[in-house]
Parts: sequence; C-alpha cells; structure tokens
Amino acid sequence: MGHDAPAPDLPLALVGREGRRRVVLSVDLAARRLGLRPGTPVAKAQALYPDLLFMDADPEGDRQGLEKLALWFQNRISPLVATDPPDGLVLNTTGADHLHGGERTMLINMIHRLSGAGFRAKAALAETWGAAHALARYGQASLTIVPQGDVASVLSDLPIEALRLPPRSIEGLIALGVSRIGPLAAMPRAPLTLRFGPDIARRLDQAFGRVNEAIIPIRPVDPVQVVRNFAEPIAAAETIARSIGKLVPVLCEKLDERGQGVRRLDLLLHRVDSRTEAVRVAMARPVRDIKCLTRLLCEKIETIDPGFGIERMVLIAALAEPMDRRQTASSLIEEEESDVSDLIDTLANRVGTHALYRFAAVESDLPERSFCRVPALAPEEAKDWPDHWPRPTRLLPRPEPVQAMAELPDQPPLFFIWRGVRRKVKCADGPERVFGEWWKDDTELTIARDYFRVEDTSGERFWLYRAGDGEHGDTGSQAWFLHGIFG
Amino acid sequence: MRASPNMKPALETLRAAISRLEGHTNRRRSVLPFGVREIDSRLPGGGLALGALHEVAGGGNDALHGAAAGQFVAGIAARTRGKVLWIVTRQDVFGPALKQAGLSGRRVIYVEAASEADVLACFEEGLRHGGLGAVVADVARLSMTASRRLQLAAETSGALGLAIRRWRRQTEAADFGQPTASATRWRVSVLPSVGLPVPGVGRPRWLLELIRARAGECADFEVEACDAKGRLAYRSCLAGGLALPAALANRPDQEAVGARRARA
Repeated sequence: MGHDAPAPDLPLALVGREGRRRVVLSVDLAARRLGLRPGTPVAKAQALYPDLLFMDADPEGDRQGLEKLALWFQNRISPLVATDPPDGLVLNTTGADHLHGGERTMLINMIHRLSGAGFRAKAALAETWGAAHALARYGQASLTIVPQGDVASVLSDLPIEALRLPPRSIEGLIALGVSRIGPLAAMPRAPLTLRFGPDIARRLDQAFGRVNEAIIPIRPVDPVQVVRNFAEPIAAAETIARSIGKLVPVLCEKLDERGQGVRRLDLLLHRVDSRTEAVRVAMARPVRDIKCLTRLLCEKIETIDPGFGIERMVLIAALAEPMDRRQTASSLIEEEESDVSDLIDTLANRVGTHALYRFAAVESDLPERSFCRVPALAPEEAKDWPDHWPRPTRLLPRPEPVQAMAELPDQPPLFFIWRGVRRKVKCADGPERVFGEWWKDDTELTIARDYFRVEDTSGERFWLYRAGDGEHGDTGSQAWFLHGIFG
Repeated sequence: MRASPNMKPALETLRAAISRLEGHTNRRRSVLPFGVREIDSRLPGGGLALGALHEVAGGGNDALHGAAAGQFVAGIAARTRGKVLWIVTRQDVFGPALKQAGLSGRRVIYVEAASEADVLACFEEGLRHGGLGAVVADVARLSMTASRRLQLAAETSGALGLAIRRWRRQTEAADFGQPTASATRWRVSVLPSVGLPVPGVGRPRWLLELIRARAGECADFEVEACDAKGRLAYRSCLAGGLALPAALANRPDQEAVGARRARA
C-alpha cells in the first residue's frame, strides 16, 4: 500500500464477500486483541468496534505479493519454492540448507528477514509438504523442525483443519466427533471415502509421506536456462557428470550473449517417479567460467539421489548479474595477486559461506570486541589493529577464571592456578588498563580490566587480567582471568 | 664414508634420475629462506621448500595450545605473497597477534571446518588452487595417506602447505611420531625470555627443533620469536654453545635485528 498504509498499531479488518454477506475476512493483531475474529459480519463488527478501520480485501493483489515473496525466497534460499495460497510458501530445502548454516539457522534467518520486512511468520520443517503446512499454521512454536521419522507422532495432536481439507469435510468430521488428526488417521478408510470423497485419504497420505506430492516451483520471468531430455533415464554418477559437462557450455554461451555472469546456479533433475532433485551452487562473484561451474556442480553429484533414473535435467541461472570485464595488470606495474574467488566459491559450497571469513579491525580496546568477521572477498578495509602492545596468538573464546595471588592495587600476580596447574610468575608486564564501553551499555560505565603479560618459570607466556582496578569495588569483581596464550 | 670430489658428477646424475623417478618434473624447486644463515644452511635447497607440506607442532603444553607453533607459522606465511588460507576447527586465532608477526588481517581468509575430514578436504583444495601465498591448517590426526595427498597437491601447484599439528589431549600428541609424507617437521617450544635489567618480560624465545627434513638432517636452533616482518633471529648454536655479547642479549627493538642480519 506504500505511503497510504495505515499505522501498524491501528486495528484493521479486511472485508470481503462470502456468498451474499459482507464479512470480515482477516484482522490484524490490534483488532484481534480487541476480540474481533474473521467470519464476523461487517455490520456487527462496525457496531461493536466503532473505531475499527475497514478496507476491502484484495485477493488478487495478495496472490501477486505472495508470488513476489516466493521469487525472493527462490533467489535467496532454495531453487524449489512454490506458493501455498492464501498465506504460505512451501520450500524444498534439501541440498540448499548447507549454504545457510544448517536447517535451524536457515529458518531463524528466514523469520528474521520476514519480520524485518514487516511480516509475522511461522516456519516449520518436515519431511512432507502436508506436515510442514500443518505445523507452520497449527503448531505451538514459531519455529518447528521435525526429525526424520517423527511426522506421525507430531501430527496426531493437531486439529483436522491442518490437513488442507475442504470446509464441508471438516464440518462433517467435527459433526462426527473427530477433531484431531490422530483419531482420523486411525479410522477405517472405506466409510470415510464413501461419505466424504477421496480427499481425506489423499491428504492424510500426503501428510504422512505415503504418497508423493510434487512442489511445482515458480520460475522467474525469462531465466537463462538449458534443458536436456534423455531418451533413457540416467542414474550413474559419471553419466550425470557428462551431461553437466554438456549443459554448462550452452548456458555460458547464453550468458555471454547477455553479458552476464551467474551468482546462483540451480540444477533440477526430474526423476522418472516425478520427484525433483535439486542442486544449488552459489558464487561470491558473477562467474561465466565453464570449467569452474562444471566443477562446482560435479562436486555435488554425490548428494543427488537418482532413484529409478533421471529423465530430464534443467540448468537454470537463478541469479544472473552483469559481469564487468576487468583490466589485468601489465608487466610494467607490480605483479597482480592471483584471483582466489573461484577457490572461495568451492570452499563456500562445501562448508557454507558463514564459515569463510576474514577478521577486520574494530575500534575497541576490549580484545574480544576488537575484531569482527567480514566476508572473505569483502573490499579491504583501511583500519588496522594498533601495534602498541604484544598480543597473544591464541585468544580463548571465553576468559577462563584462574586463582591468583597479587599485591593490590596494580602488581602482577605472584602465582596463578589454571586448569589445576599452579604456575609461579617469573616476570610480568603491565598493567594495561582497559575501560568498559559506557557508550554501548550503562552497566559498563565503571567497569575496568587490568591486563598483564606474565611469564612463568618454565617460559610459557600468558595474558591474564583482573576484572577491576584493584581499588574500587564497583569496577569489577577483582577476580583473575586468563584470556590468551602467547607464542 | 665420505664422498670424494671426483664422485660428484655420478652422484648428481643419480640424484637427477631419482627425482625423475619420483615424478618431479625438471621445474626448479624454489624455496622460502628464513633469512638466518644457520637455519637455511641446514635445510636442503637453502630454505623452506615451496610446493611442499611442512608440519609444525608445539612442544610441551603448546602441543595443545598451538600458540608458539601458530606464531611461527604466521611468521612464515607473512613472508609469502598473496592471500593466506587459514583452516581451523575451533577458532581461537587472534588477528592482532598475527599482524604483529607481519601477517595482516587483510591477507588471511579463515575457513571454519566442522570436522577433521573437512579440514583435510579444504586444505587439499587450497593447496591445489595454487594462487595462495600459503595454506595453514590446524590438524590433529594426519595419516600417511592424507599427508601424501596434501604433499602431491602442493607439488602440483607449487603452494606452501603448513600444518599446525595441535591436539586436544597431551596423550594424543604421541601421534607426532608417526611417519608422514611432509617435507619438514618442526617442533617449537617456548623458552624463558632473557631477563631484563628492569621488571618486565623480555623478547620471547623459542627452541626450534627440526625433527625431520627430507634429504636433510635434524637440527636444533635457539631463536628469538618472529619480529613484525615475520623474521626470526638466531641466538646461539645449540643451547649453551656460543656465548653472546650482552648487547645482543638485551636488544631493545627490531632495528637491531635487521642491522645484525645486514652485518651477518
């Protein structure tokens, strides 16, 4: 709605027609708090809540919005995305979750991204579309992950509305006294089918994974893609590799015509049993190199389950970006550093982009805040760490408490006990006083740490600090910690 | 038995024949010298061979912490050109410390691998690429097969592979005795720093043990830790061998190191 959108905290109801009545179709959170529920006739709602804002529902606009959102998800998360109207998206993330740091992290990221864009979302991950659909709408938590094989037990407690049944069937079943999926699944099939048609059995089987339900992915407008059909289904890894080797050059040629390089490349493998296997590789920079793309795809072959055979392969440049030609250095100026972006892509597709990074300097005196992770190929930053004092090679992820004895207020410890070993301090440098960052947090206003570099009698060097300045109780607990080990 | 001078040509042809048999092409093997005559003279080729795998472990408690070993490796990597890939399983490298060994944070790309198998796979991938200055990895177990793969990958691309052998428990450190295909094997142990006339910690010193060198001999060196350009400073020949002048023992800063090397 753009600038005309009402304030988010205003109670709002969307109005549409149901038969010949005008009823409230959906309400926002504020209206729900007032007690309004969808299905209330408009006249009644107006009488009950005079300051309620009514707007006409726009199902067509909603559908288009959902499709846009699905395209966004397809670009970001996984190649197999379909809309699940009226209010859902369904994704097949097999073969794509490793790019996002695992299933849980991926779902958390999705919810965060959506809430950042102003949507309240629930996510569920399960073996079947039906189960995920049910849990995302009727599950308790905003994020559910069903372990392999647990679908039946998780579904049995959910209401039958979760099964995507026609409203008439639901009404009929509730009239029979069946309101949960568990009892419904235990009922004999024949009488149910006779009375309500084949829908119930089909939906149950789909939810429990007894029959296959294909996700027909939406496609961006006019993508660069290459298709290859096989007269005989193929299954062997070598054959798949050979076909990839034939598809990639054609794709690169097409990209070359448009002057584009590919950032995300999807390989869809349609199996004879009408399932679709998907492989996605992501690149840090637009790439059009045949060898590089072939290698990235071929590394993923082992994740493909060919089943009874693959009859059709589609290679799609899901995200293509303009590729600039760069000028290479001439021999007169200094030799150019070789490009490592192809190696970064290979590694990122193995361990995930989150596990590939550089450390960049952050202006902070606290050691644990003095660096941050930046993407491996981020432009080089101008800042660097100051060089005043020696720093330990290994910084412990958490400072470990040690027992130490030291003269107050500012003497280094005489000895300390770390991990059960008592070490006598032979010589020490310090203190290097670090103050809390009061501009970040009020509680850090008075905090101080005194860092010492100590060497024990065997020559091992450690970085110790005392939480506090040794004089004032409000600067810290005056306890000692070991924070790093020097080389 | 010592080879007489007139036998040299025969030996040379034999060496060439062996290296042909081993699959090395006649590409000249380049090295990365330490810039310290005493160490370089002990290494075949006069420095750390590029296109090879080198292992470094810490001595004593440092086998677990890998602090001295890490700093030593950072010093070597700092003297190469190009980006450095640093593969870890648990991240505890402190960027500012590497910078103090001459390895700027802009040059190091970290890979956090989930398992030992992933570490080795990424290590091999990095070595095979060939566009990196050095590839460093924290490795605990390194079998003969795995090290052979890494060594071959390094040979084909000419990359410098540095494996920091680091274990979770002291009992596992015995693994360092197992044979591997690496070109050299080092152990870095911390030594007490030389006392200063004022309170404070002196320049860190290491005992550098060259435990194994292919086509070379073992040796021990006592060195001062890397300076801000990643260079070592040699202190004395085998503990207690040479007496050093007091002026060198308490050298205040880096300039003196450079000046001494210029004289050497």
